[in-house]
Order: sequence, then C-alpha cells, then structure tokens
Amino acid sequence: MSSLFDADSPSNLTEYSVSELSGSIKRTVETAFDQVRVRGEISGYRGPHSSGHAYFSLKDDRARIDAVIWKGTMGRLKFRPEEGMEVVATGKITTFPGSSKYQIVIDTLEPAGAGALMALIEERKRRLGAEGLFDPARKQLLPFLPRVIGVVTSPTGAVIRDILHRLADRFPVDVVLWPVKVQGEGCGEEVARAINGFNALTGAEGIPRPDVLIVARGGGSLEDLWGFNDEVVVRAAAASAIPLISAVGHETDWTLIDYVADMRAPTPTGAAEMAVPVRADLLAQTAGLGARLRNAQVRQMESRRQELRGLMRAFPSLDQLLALPRRRFDEAAAALGRGLELNTLSKRRRFERVAAELRPETMAQRLQVERQRLSQRIERIGRSVERLVDLSGARLHRVSGALDGVPLRLAGEYRRLRERLESLSRHGDTALVNRLNRHRQMLAAQDRMLQSLSYRNVLKRGYAVVRDAEGRPVSLAASLAAGQAVGIEFADGRIGATVGEGPAEPAAQPPSPAPSRKRSPKPGEGGSGQGSLF
Amino acid sequence: MSTDAAVADVSAYSFEKAVAELETIVQRLERGDVALEESIAIYERGEALKKHCETLLSAAEGRIEKIRLDRAGKPQGTEPLDG
Repeated sequence: MSSLFDADSPSNLTEYSVSELSGSIKRTVETAFDQVRVRGEISGYRGPHSSGHAYFSLKDDRARIDAVIWKGTMGRLKFRPEEGMEVVATGKITTFPGSSKYQIVIDTLEPAGAGALMALIEERKRRLGAEGLFDPARKQLLPFLPRVIGVVTSPTGAVIRDILHRLADRFPVDVVLWPVKVQGEGCGEEVARAINGFNALTGAEGIPRPDVLIVARGGGSLEDLWGFNDEVVVRAAAASAIPLISAVGHETDWTLIDYVADMRAPTPTGAAEMAVPVRADLLAQTAGLGARLRNAQVRQMESRRQELRGLMRAFPSLDQLLALPRRRFDEAAAALGRGLELNTLSKRRRFERVAAELRPETMAQRLQVERQRLSQRIERIGRSVERLVDLSGARLHRVSGALDGVPLRLAGEYRRLRERLESLSRHGDTALVNRLNRHRQMLAAQDRMLQSLSYRNVLKRGYAVVRDAEGRPVSLAASLAAGQAVGIEFADGRIGATVGEGPAEPAAQPPSPAPSRKRSPKPGEGGSGQGSLF
Repeated sequence: MSTDAAVADVSAYSFEKAVAELETIVQRLERGDVALEESIAIYERGEALKKHCETLLSAAEGRIEKIRLDRAGKPQGTEPLDG
C-alpha cells in the first residue's frame, strides 16, 4: 500500500480531472484542426437522419473518421453524398468529451476529381441498368407530329432559343417550357420534378399536356452536368409516360439521362429536329396525297361511268325487255275477254236448253203421263181387288157351303139332346118326388117324435110354465119375490100373474122343462115354417 | 356511313394516323377495286383526312409558353416566354 503511494508521490505531474483533460483536448484539437481538407471515401452513408443531419464516415484503406453534415449544410452541398463516393471534404474537427470521440463536421463536399465522378457514374449506371431502366424494350416511340412539346431546361440561355428556332424552321408547334436549374445544387430534383410534373398534367390545369418532352442543357463540365446523372432524374425519365428526348451537353458528354431517355439527341437543336417533322414536307405529302385522292376518284368514277356505259349498251331497252311479257299479257288479256264471252255464251246456251223445257206443255205432258200411270195403277189395283174379292168369294162360298149342313146337324143334335134332357128330366122328377116323399115321411115321423117329447104335451097334461118379466122360465120359487110380475103358460095359452105372499104350494114342477124352454118357440115356428114350406 | 360521322371522328387523329389512313385510301382508290358506294364514302373520308392534315400543318404558329411555378415548385399556369 504504502509502496503505491510511494510510487505516486515522486511524480511531479499536474493532476487533471477527466473533464479538465477532455476539455483541454477538445480545445487543442479544435484549435489545431479548425479548418481541414480531407480526402476519403464515404462509408456507412444512409441518407440524412430524420433530423436532417447526416452521419457517416470517411475512410481510406487504413483509417476511418466519423463525419457529420448538419442539416443547414446539407441543402447547400453541390453533390449529395453517396456511399462509396471518393470525396474531398472540408470542415473542422470536433470532439465529444462525453465519449472520448472526435469527428469532422463537413462544410463542403466535392467529388475527388473526374475519376471519382466517372467511377460513381459507372457504378450507378451498372446498378440502375441492372434494374432494367436502360432496357431498349422500355423505349417509347416519339410521336410523328406532336402538338405540344414540353421542354425542361433553363428559361434563359441559348438552349431554349436553339430549340425554338429549329422548331420554327421545321414545324412551329406549341411549346411549354418547365424552367429548371440546369446545374448546381437542386438541379437534379428540379429536373425530376419537371418530368414528373409534365406527366402529372391532365390538361385541366390550363396547361396543355405535351406529346413529347425534351430535357436539354448546353455543354459543360462533368460537374456542371452532374444533376442529369442524378438517380431521381433517371428514375423520373424512366417513369415518364410521355416520350422523352434527352439533349444534355455536347455529343461527347454522356449523362445517365441519355441512357434512360427514349431518344438521345446530340444537341438541343438535334432534339428539336427529332421532335417534329418538316412541315413543308408534310404539306407536300398531303398535297400529293390529296391530288392522288382526287385523281383516283375521278379515274374511278370515269372507269365506272365507262363500265356503266358499256353495260347500258348491252342493256336491252325497256321496250325490248318488256316486249315478251307484254305480248304474253296482251294475249292473255285478249283471251280473257273472249274467254269470258265464251263462257257466258256456253252458260247461256245451257240455260236456254234447260229453260226451253220448262213449259206448261211439258208439265201437262208429264201430268198426262203421270195420270195415265196413275189410272193404270188404279185399274191394276181394281183388278187386283176384284180378283181378291173373287178369290175371297170363292173361299167364302166354299166355307158357306160347308156351313150349310151345320144347322141341320145342330138341330138334330139339339133334338137328341132335348130328348135326352126330357128323358133325364122325367127320370129326375120321379127320383126327386120319390126322394121328397121319403124325406117328408121321415120328417113327419120326426115331428111326431118331437111332438111327443114337447113340454107342451106336458102342459096338456095340466102343467104350466112360469116365466119372469123377461120371459125366462122360472124354475125355483126362491128366485121370485113377492109382487113380481110373472107370466104363466098353460097348454091353451099364457096369462099374466103376480107373485103373492101366501105359502108356497108343493113344488111339483119338474126341472126338466128347462131344456125344453128353448125349443118351446121353435116347434111352433118350425111347425108353421114347415107348414108354409110344404 | 354518314359523311358527318366520317368527318367528325378524324378530328382527334394524329397527323401520322391521318396521313397513314389517307395513303391507304389513295392506294385503294388507285387500285380501283373498291365498290362504287364505298369509293365515294372513302373518298369523302380521304378529303376529311386531308383537310385534317392540312389543319394540323397550318396551325403552325406555335405558342411558346413558360410554366409558372409556385414556391413549392408546383405549376401554377403558364405565361408567355418573354425574349
């Protein structure tokens, strides 16, 4: 420990703080390298930062130094820095004490001689060519006769004068100039914007849209023409829908726009010649065509006319053409009238023939015939009827003849039947009388029998029959009440009586008369009936 | 084909196109193998084309204008290019 202090203590050097040392270095460096000019290759360039400042490095084969271009300086640069570009930068060295770093702050930047620029162009040309921007297939044809030519160049100077002059010689057309800076800072951007601007025209802006563009600049140094090597110019020219003629510098000066343009003119005057044809030639051509047109038409007409005349000669006249049909027609027409007449005549004749027969005589004749036929028929019918009558008479006669014997036969029959009837009747009478007598005898016997059995015979023996008011026989004394009217039948007749109070008489009345009561009227009636019957 | 239509639709033709068609018409007419009616029609069209060509050629007092740009570099119209 003490050795360390010992080691330090002998030193007599001033002790700085880091800040003091860094500040001292900063002052020393910035004083010593306040204005330096350094040559190197741009490395790590990625365009301006969003702040507008650009940070990159300058290097050579052994060393590298950080570089910065402030925003304000950027706008004033003659060249835009590009990766790999060999440049000579002028500026001052500054340090950052905070990080122990130093850098060059560039004030101006220029290419490191023509060789560097050529190398840059070659590199860029190779790169853009690889994209196909210089492809011949991309080239557009120039319009034969543009009505409006857009020129991108400086409004002052010889270039626009040369172009206008040559255009006036050949074919004065409308020219619209888009003024641009043709060299120095911002040249490339302006030229690119002009090309794009012409393409963006629609005609509605009051600015006619050109049919062809000429991008032109007079001769100058490589640096003067640098803007036309700008990538934005190349890309704008490649993207132009309007055919573009480049005429930048002299014929020996090639810029990148020459490769991408649809046509490269050696000079601005040459561009004007490419842009328009010679009007006088065109007028002559047009006049020639017009003359040929008229001549051809006249010849055409003449030849047609001749053709027509020839045809007309060969063409039959209307009369000729119509002669045959007309004759046919005439004949037909004539035949038509005659035909009608003939037809009418023939009809008439037929009519007359028919009409002639339509007479009363015809009718009478016919009637006569019909009548005759009718009477013949009637006659025939009469004969037929007669014959029929005769026939029927004969048949009748035959039948009646047959019938003649019938009455006799019938009378005989009748007589026979009658006799038979009489005999039968006789026999029947005898038999009937016999039978009647037999029956009568039997009846008398029966009657006698009946008479013998009748209650009347009992009555005759002194009995009587008592009957009630209704005439019904009364067989029991008990059925009678005192004072009741009764009838009493005796053998010789009936009397009325009334039942008295006295004691009952010995009942000698047999009950037998009861059945005979029914019969009692019957024998009388029967007797009288039979009597009357017999 | 009406004559008006034939004339009207050539007015938009470029000179080159008009001349090309005029040449074709002339050649056809010179060959003489065009039907009469068509020959008249194309003749009229040829006349129209020729007239159109002449118009294009004679409108030759070309105007020379310069575009006015605003501060942003946008075109603002035109003005004559003063000498």
